[in-house]
Amino acid sequence: MRKSFRVITLALSTLTLFGLVNFATVNAGEMSAVKEGKKIALNRKKGNCLACHLIPDGGEQPGNIGPPLIAMKARFPDKEVLKAQIGDPRSMNPNTIMPPFGAHGILTADELEKVTEYIHSL
Amino acid sequence: MKKLFKSFALIAISLSSVLVATNTVHAATPAEDTEALRGYFQKTLGSKANLDEFINGTYALNEDARNQWQEIEEFPPYEIDLEKGADLWAKKFKNGKSFASCFGDDISGTRGKYPYHDETMDTIVTLEGDINKCLTDNGEKPYKWKKGKIAAVSAHIAYAGRGGKIDVQPKTEKALAWYNKGKNFFYAKRGQLNLSCADCHVYNANKKVRAEPLSPALGHPSHFPVFRSKWGELGTLHRRYGGCNKNIRAKPFKAQSDQYKSLEYFQAVMSNGLELNGPGARK
Ligand code: HEC
Ligand code: HEC
Repeated sequence: MRKSFRVITLALSTLTLFGLVNFATVNAGEMSAVKEGKKIALNRKKGNCLACHLIPDGGEQPGNIGPPLIAMKARFPDKEVLKAQIGDPRSMNPNTIMPPFGAHGILTADELEKVTEYIHSL
Repeated sequence: MKKLFKSFALIAISLSSVLVATNTVHAATPAEDTEALRGYFQKTLGSKANLDEFINGTYALNEDARNQWQEIEEFPPYEIDLEKGADLWAKKFKNGKSFASCFGDDISGTRGKYPYHDETMDTIVTLEGDINKCLTDNGEKPYKWKKGKIAAVSAHIAYAGRGGKIDVQPKTEKALAWYNKGKNFFYAKRGQLNLSCADCHVYNANKKVRAEPLSPALGHPSHFPVFRSKWGELGTLHRRYGGCNKNIRAKPFKAQSDQYKSLEYFQAVMSNGLELNGPGARK
């Protein structure tokens, strides 16, 4: 009885440990993508998203041509849909004023990926 | 009976305007385009849309910025250029003539004549184009197109023409073709950022790109050349066009290219009836 209890705790703690470690690496990866994505999104030569959007921790004097980028997980539960909105907003609205960041090569595929991570975190 | 006829005519007119609005095949005349653009600004900007004020660009729509700008206008930054322009105007060419030999002594109506369509040459003639033509016709070297002397002489002529009204009427088939070329340019998306002039200066007029409020397209050509604080000097309308093209990462066209001449022609027609108030001062 005692022995089997021990085995179970061991198994449980290994599992938790494994899970924790796993969780931590994913988090670190996401964290750095979010950080890098933020830099790219705010860079005037890259995303320059502030030209048109308010971003909560993005900086002063945002433009107001597009909607504020807040509560993004609620508005875009599916990250892929968000990526499509940024990569080629014409797919959602053919007459949009938002530039096609992926389709026109304003951002590389990798940069688009990171910007999506950042925007999704808002 | 007469009254009845009148109301009938009214109904017919309003019906036809509905038809115009819904019929996409109908090629709009310049007058209809102007009406539609004015209507759009009135609808979207509401009580702010005092169209006669649009010659003051974004200052027509924002009181704080307007107050700052009016203070600047008390000691206008383009004053030195006006003196420079007057000197160049009076200066004799090598052949003893001067600009007055081309434009006449009374230049109060000169600014208002441009741009116009020359039927024989089938081109758009701009004020800057004629300033340089006057020089070359008299054996002088032409000025550079976008700033400096050409802007100073243009400012001198604009100043003398203040208070006149923009009145540019494409009347012939050829003139209409230039008008339509400019209209297409204005509404076409271009550049890596995929933006048209209309995206910013019609659909988002009075909204902000970053901290910069966007001016409405009506009135754009009324006050050029402009002293821009960012430039620290005067620049022509075509210089500004080039700047806006660069901002959207499109290759700018040359000043006085057919593209920018047609664009100036279209913008002038849109601004018909508005007051000429050049030279201007802008941030
Ligand atoms: C020139 C203006 C402009 C720029 C620059 C711009 N956007 Fe937009 N954006 C818009 C407009 C306008 C909309 C509204 C939808 C539409 O008209 O297509 C929009 C919509 C969005 C939406 C959808 C919001 C929603 O809830 O539907 C997202 C997400 C977005 N933009 C992200 C970005 C990101 C990220 C960048 C920078 C990499 C960016 N935008 C740069 C103009 C812009
Ligand atoms: C990304 C937005 C954007 C686009 C696209 C754009 N502009 Fe501009 N433009 C601006 C901004 C910002 C200013 C400075 C603020 C103002 O005066 O509107 C400006 C200023 C101007 C001015 C000076 C206004 C004044 O009152 O003196 C003219 C004229 C002008 N633009 C014409 C054009 C034309 C023509 C096109 C298309 C070829 C164009 N713009 C495209 C953003 C834009």
